[in-house]
Amino acid sequence: MITRRRMLMLLPAAALAWEYVLAGTPEMAPNYNRSEHWWGMLLDISKCIGCGNCVRACSTENDVPEGYFRTWVERYHVADWPQETPEVDSPNGGKNGFPPSKAVGGKNFFVPKMCNHCADSPCTQVCPVGATFHTPDGVVLVDSSYCVGCRYCVQACPYGCRFLHPTKRTAEKCSLCYHRITKGLTTACCENCPTGARQLADLKNPADPIHEFLKTHSVQVLKPHLATGAKAFYYDLDGAVR
Amino acid sequence: MHVSKFKDAEHLVRLAVACGIVFVLFLVARAYFIPKSFGQYGHYRGNALAEQSSKPFVYAGHQVCEDCHSDVLAVKKAGKHAGVNCEACHGPLAKHAEAPGSVTPQLPDTAVLCARCHEENIAKPRTFPQVAIAQHSGGALCKSCHQPHSPLAQPGGKQS
Repeated sequence: MITRRRMLMLLPAAALAWEYVLAGTPEMAPNYNRSEHWWGMLLDISKCIGCGNCVRACSTENDVPEGYFRTWVERYHVADWPQETPEVDSPNGGKNGFPPSKAVGGKNFFVPKMCNHCADSPCTQVCPVGATFHTPDGVVLVDSSYCVGCRYCVQACPYGCRFLHPTKRTAEKCSLCYHRITKGLTTACCENCPTGARQLADLKNPADPIHEFLKTHSVQVLKPHLATGAKAFYYDLDGAVR
Repeated sequence: MHVSKFKDAEHLVRLAVACGIVFVLFLVARAYFIPKSFGQYGHYRGNALAEQSSKPFVYAGHQVCEDCHSDVLAVKKAGKHAGVNCEACHGPLAKHAEAPGSVTPQLPDTAVLCARCHEENIAKPRTFPQVAIAQHSGGALCKSCHQPHSPLAQPGGKQS
C-alpha cells in the first residue's frame, strides 16, 4: 500500500526517471550529417520476383510483430478485360513467397509496397502530439515514446503503410532502417533483395545512381494525384496499381 | 482622497493575482514537462532521431562479410549470383560478424532457399530464370548440380 511517506519518497525518484526520459540518449552517429542527405527508394517492378526476402528481412531487422508489415509484396493480375479491376493477393504479405498463380493470361507482376517517405506526408500533418515527423534527411519516423496511439496517422496514410503495434499500442511504420542508413549501410530490404528490385536512393548525393536512372527511365510514384511528395519511385509501374 | 473607478475593486485584484499564479504555474509545468530537445529540428523531440539511429543491426551488410570471406566473393563475382548479397541466402548474421568464433551460421536448406526465387510463377519477370522444380530436378537437391555461389548448371554435379 502507498502511504504518504512512501509517496514522498517515490516522488523524487520518479522525477529523476522522468528527467532521464526527457534527456534521451546522446548522438550515436557522429559522422553523419543529416542536412547532406535526402532519402528515397527506387522500386523496379520489372525486377521483382516476389521471393519475399524484403518482407522477411524487414521483420527480422525491425522486430515487426507477426501478421503486421512495414513492407509487403502484392501480386497483381490484370485481366485482358476489364483492366480497371485487377485481382490483387498478398498471402501473409508475401513473407513466405507466393503460391502458383491461378490466373491465366493477362498481365501478372509483383509490386513491393512500403512507406513512401512523403515529403508532404498526410500522416505527420494529422499527429496531434508531434510523435511523427520528417527528419531533416527526408525520412518519416515515429517517436514511440511520444505516441499516444490515437491512430489518426493510420487513417491518414493513403498508402496503408502504418499500423498500431499490438502490444506497445503505438504507431509503427517503415523507418527506412534509419539505424542503418545513418551509419552508411543500406536498408535491410535492399540488402536482401536478390535482384536489385529495391534500391535505397540518396537524392542529395550527386554520385547516387538514382539520378542517372531517373534521367533515363519513366519513373512513377503511387497516387501522384494526392501530391504527397512520395519518394518511393516505381519503375515499370502498371496503371492498374493503387 | 483616491476614488476608485470601480466599486469594491479588491476582489478583481485577488482574481487577477490568482490567474497570474495559475499562469506562472502553467509556464513552470510546461517548461518542466516538454522535453529539452523538443523543437530542435521541428515540432518533435529531436533526441528521437538519435534514439532511432542507435538501434542495433541484425543484418551486418555484405561489405562486412566480404572483408573475411574474399574467397567466396571471388567465386560469386564471376557467376550469375554476383548481385545477390550474402545475407539474402544465409540470413541475418550481424552477431556472427561481431564474434565470428562464437556464433556459427547454419548452412541454408537449398531445397527451400532456391525455390523461393526460382520456382516458376506467371507473375515473375519472363527473363528471370525459373523452373517447375518438381519436374526439373525430380526431387534431387539443387546443389547436387548447381554451385549456389556460382550456379550455372554443371553436368555431373561437379562443384567448382
